[in-house]
Amino acid sequence: MTTQTMTRSNLRMMPALFALALGFAVISLTGHVQAAALHDAAHDVRHATGFPCH
Amino acid sequence: MYSRFIIAALFAGASAGLIAGLLQLIFVQPVLLHAELYESGELVHFGGGAISAHPDLPGFDAMRDGLSLVFTMLTYTGYALIMIALMGVAEDRGARIDGRSGILWGVAGFVAFHLAPGFTLAPEVPGVAAADVSARQIWWFATVGTAGVALWLIAFGRTWIVWAIAAALLMAPHLIGAPEPDVFTGPVPTEIGALFAARAFGVGLAAWVLLGCFAGYFWQREGAHADAQANA
Repeated sequence: MTTQTMTRSNLRMMPALFALALGFAVISLTGHVQAAALHDAAHDVRHATGFPCH
Repeated sequence: MYSRFIIAALFAGASAGLIAGLLQLIFVQPVLLHAELYESGELVHFGGGAISAHPDLPGFDAMRDGLSLVFTMLTYTGYALIMIALMGVAEDRGARIDGRSGILWGVAGFVAFHLAPGFTLAPEVPGVAAADVSARQIWWFATVGTAGVALWLIAFGRTWIVWAIAAALLMAPHLIGAPEPDVFTGPVPTEIGALFAARAFGVGLAAWVLLGCFAGYFWQREGAHADAQANA
């Protein structure tokens, strides 16, 4: 049981880290990257979501 | 295992993000459009004459508001990926993750991602004076990070020392201070700025509670699905 739990836990660590990194990448893109096209498209969302905007 | 994280996050993030986007369009967008009339100079406060607090605002703009909906859904999917990653780790350590406990996760997410940075860098109405955007973004990420760690320690720590460290982490970014502008140049009436911040926080809290609930629910559901397939 312990071995099984350990294996399962180790199996879960990589996907968890992957999801974490992907999540931060997504909010960096929608909320923080200052490229003009992205900024204009996401402008209202950035303000409403409390991201620092321009 | 990767699919469980991704699928649960996509469903939770897209559905909570859609509701968040609609709430923003109804409650936040009119305040933002009102502020933009001052930002553009169409209305001038402090000019001597009285100004109506109820000007005609632009209505629904399919392109602009459609993009806002898409980007809100994307943003909340990003939040969902982060939250479900941490939910997975917490479940390994014995925490129960479902729709009901997800509500608490949602409140914690709101505190980490909205309230903590917004406590010093208040949600900005367009036109407000602010420091350099890169400096504020660094402060934003640092504050979200420390608040996230602090909340994890509060939830899963077991000693007073750990909780004291968590309290210190929560306060530190605000004692150090965020990048601030040298001079105030904002043309927007304070009433609009205050309403904007309040609405941004209110919609954020509602959206995050839904996000936590959905994330817990879909995480549980995808897990049951995976177990059923493994046992079949």
